[in-house]
Amino acid sequence: MANTACFMIVARNDIPIYEAEVGSAAKREDAAQLHQFILHAALDVVQDLAWTTSAMFLKSVDRFNDLVVSVYVTAGHTRLMLLHDSRNEDGIKSFFQEVHELYIKILLNPLYLPGSRITSTHFDTKVRALARKYL
Amino acid sequence: MIGVGKMKQYSNVLDKPLSKGKQEVSLSAFAFLFSELVQYNQTQVDNIAELERRLEDAGYAVGSRVLELLCNREKGNRRETRLLGILSFVHSTVWKVLFGKVADSLEKGTEHEDEYMISEKELLVNRFISIPKDMGTFNCGAFVAGIVKGVLDNAGFPAVVTAHFVPIEGQQRPRTTILIKFADEVSISTSLYMTYLYLGKLNLSPVLPTSIHAQVLKREARLSQ
Repeated sequence: MANTACFMIVARNDIPIYEAEVGSAAKREDAAQLHQFILHAALDVVQDLAWTTSAMFLKSVDRFNDLVVSVYVTAGHTRLMLLHDSRNEDGIKSFFQEVHELYIKILLNPLYLPGSRITSTHFDTKVRALARKYL
Repeated sequence: MIGVGKMKQYSNVLDKPLSKGKQEVSLSAFAFLFSELVQYNQTQVDNIAELERRLEDAGYAVGSRVLELLCNREKGNRRETRLLGILSFVHSTVWKVLFGKVADSLEKGTEHEDEYMISEKELLVNRFISIPKDMGTFNCGAFVAGIVKGVLDNAGFPAVVTAHFVPIEGQQRPRTTILIKFADEVSISTSLYMTYLYLGKLNLSPVLPTSIHAQVLKREARLSQ
């Protein structure tokens, strides 16, 4: 089954630092902007929700037509956001947890400036592999 | 070099599992490294305040990483959303991992509501350091203050953190106190703020006392940045 999914990491200061289209559905031309727009719109909801719970995985926080936004907020308020149309909560949770671990490894690199773009191709390959595995 | 030959080689840091945090670093090695850090920064500045700021910045980078790592490793992926929660996280979890013991004390300031102090009889970074007379109130604890600031800031509780020497009676060495002064918008409790937001959503604009209202506005301004 073809599914759409867009994954994005947003830093503390609301700047996207990593972005990947990980779905298998055929690409629509305006899809990238549309996905960015929906994820951006969900940021406000995330901000309110993040202070009401100490869990990192906030489940689905927002929806647009048949697209759902799931969010994972880390301790340093970096947000991992996934836009998807499948209903596989456990898979999404595992996906987030593994990406979180990868993100920590990137962050622990003293040459990485927190809040700057993640340019590592290794990271990109690993995230895409995780997306294929869990989503 | 320690551990040469024992370490498994990984082609990329991302393949390497996160450290369990069981290894310890030699205190002498750390003291040498820290001494170099202070000496190097001393050549780059022309006053004490600037030197403290540079040490604090170095600590800040440590703090922001330590928060993310420890919440994952020691707390099983729970975030801290309460003020006292994050303070005790700093006082016990962070201190234990960085310095091998929990901090000697965590107290609330007596004069101001929004001040907290973490005191340590012999702070690890100050153990081999004595301050020359001409450097006045300089305190290398600024590095640790920076770590604390990094943790608090990134967890969403911005604060001004400073390190001070406090003489104790009958002891030659003063103890070090890390003074944490939270920004105004933090002192309004999160639950109060959430209630306010909730009432706002129901279109019942609550009338708040002016002092609290000012804090709410500040918090909103910060959140919308």
